[in-house]
Amino acid sequence: MSGYPPEFRESIRLVEETRDKRLEEQYPRITPEEKEKLLKRWHPDYKEEQKRKIRVGASKGELAPLEVARLLEAHSRLRNVDLDLSEPDYDVDILIIGGGGAGASAALWANYSGVPADRILIATKLRFGDANTKMAQGGIQAADKDYDSPIIHFLDVMRGGHYTNNPELVKILVTNAPFIIKWLEDLGVMFDKEENGDMIEISGGGTSRYRMHSAGDYTGLEIMRVLMDEVLNRGINILEFSPAIELLMDDREQVAGAVLMNVETDEYIIVRAKATILTTGGFGRLHIQGFQTTNHYGATMDGVVMAYRVGAAIRDLDSVQYHPTGAAWPIQIAGQLVTEKVRGLGAQLVNIEGEQFVYPLEPRNVVAAAIIRGCQAEGRVEARQ
Amino acid sequence: MRSAEKKKEKGKAQGKRVVTIYFMGKKYEVPEGLTILKALEYLGYRLIRGVGCRGGFCGACTTVYRKHGDYRLYVGLACQTPVEDGMYLTQIPFVPAEKPRYDLDKISPSQSVVMALFPEIARCIACNTCTKVCPQDLQVMDAIQAILRGDLAKAARMVFDCVSCGSCTLRCPAEIQHFYVFQLVRRIYGKYIAPKAKHLEKRVKEIEEGKYEEELNKLIKGGPDLWRELAEKAQTGEEVIVE
Repeated sequence: MSGYPPEFRESIRLVEETRDKRLEEQYPRITPEEKEKLLKRWHPDYKEEQKRKIRVGASKGELAPLEVARLLEAHSRLRNVDLDLSEPDYDVDILIIGGGGAGASAALWANYSGVPADRILIATKLRFGDANTKMAQGGIQAADKDYDSPIIHFLDVMRGGHYTNNPELVKILVTNAPFIIKWLEDLGVMFDKEENGDMIEISGGGTSRYRMHSAGDYTGLEIMRVLMDEVLNRGINILEFSPAIELLMDDREQVAGAVLMNVETDEYIIVRAKATILTTGGFGRLHIQGFQTTNHYGATMDGVVMAYRVGAAIRDLDSVQYHPTGAAWPIQIAGQLVTEKVRGLGAQLVNIEGEQFVYPLEPRNVVAAAIIRGCQAEGRVEARQ
Repeated sequence: MRSAEKKKEKGKAQGKRVVTIYFMGKKYEVPEGLTILKALEYLGYRLIRGVGCRGGFCGACTTVYRKHGDYRLYVGLACQTPVEDGMYLTQIPFVPAEKPRYDLDKISPSQSVVMALFPEIARCIACNTCTKVCPQDLQVMDAIQAILRGDLAKAARMVFDCVSCGSCTLRCPAEIQHFYVFQLVRRIYGKYIAPKAKHLEKRVKEIEEGKYEEELNKLIKGGPDLWRELAEKAQTGEEVIVE
């Protein structure tokens, strides 16, 4: 309590005072018509003026959030810059752009498959390992218990995706998952285990079996730091604070490396590569429509933009996942997720007066819209710093 | 109006009190309640080093400071530590440390391996400075002492919450590179000391032998109607049979 400013303390008092009363009451579910109205008026994905058609490139005409469209259409940083590509600074077999879990895994598997460590280069915008992987606290799913199977995992994934997922990809996910957990266990990841070595597995959102493996509250951090340690052990080259700013193409218009920039010296670095792998992550840090994000500081969609500029088409960029529950204040935890599980366990959503304003188990988008309505229309909660 | 006054005005306009901080010796006024990281950005600093996830996970934003009238040197994470009146502070861009290379598959899970790679831990003088500066409140010195007693399992569990910010490593009079020592100890624990998950090994073997291949392919062919039917069964705990 002592860390909260006076207005918060007053609100906490109100919420506490009304708790007994609220335990008795159940906020009613709303009708499908009311839902539709609420979503159209308040849900950010329904705000047509916040999206527009992309004006250039392989996906010209497709809808994207304004922040995304703007980046896809932006001029190159290398406009009016002369670069001598004849003498690359690095000439490697594999260039990996992005130093998170995906980038580190790509480097390790390339090395396992026989590419020597000194023929692999990881280029990353921040420090190696500064990525969303580190932010993942909850856990990682794999059907590896006797009461579970890849079949049931497949069905749970399909159900979660409203039966629209690509089934071939889901098959790869559910059959590779135990294998990846085993790989991580062999690398020395400290999974939560029983004394006999059995994984302690808990329930995750939308799963019908206890399947979520964890490593304390730092599952992603633990995985990332082990992967980093292994990449360093193998002597794979890493360039930190050197984001790729443009992909390079050869005379057959195939990607053949990238131009990096050392953000501390503003030098350009030319990399020639036989294969280039993009592992740059998502766009949460574009703060679409000004919202907080659960994403790492570096998640600014750099890879998507670079790929688009060399002709790759994009898909499914028109929707953003707005998770209803997370921290908007204080700054120390702004953007951090409050897991959906708390609603499943009976948590209520209350405003600063201690009043409920939505049935807690409405779908994510409905709860999100109701919270936004509360913050924006009624001014009762500060939506964003 | 001078810039500093403007900032002060801005602080007042938001209805917040201002505090005075000294960043690398320069005096500034910033709104109370900001983290050190936010305060620096508020003042117009563009941070390349000394900033990371902004959520207290990554250990990139180590900051050191003193407070007015207090001789102690404090250490914290800039994204988690609020500014205080009279703070003298700076960001630490990087912690120099050398990571030894090893092949985890070939080492034995013993204290002697840790000692061979990091002989300096024998120099620990038990001053406890490392524990005092740890922003994660870990018992850093006790973990080093546990390693010296050969109890790697205890040490690994004690330092699980380490974010490798390097505060301990910077302050240690014995010049121990704690975060690399702890990384090795945790990996030895995860790989060799904790028992293996037998059910995991079994499942991997089943998948490799193609046990689920036929059923999964049938499922894929079955399409959304079959998925829906069977998914509902899975939800209620009924047996799922793909025909």
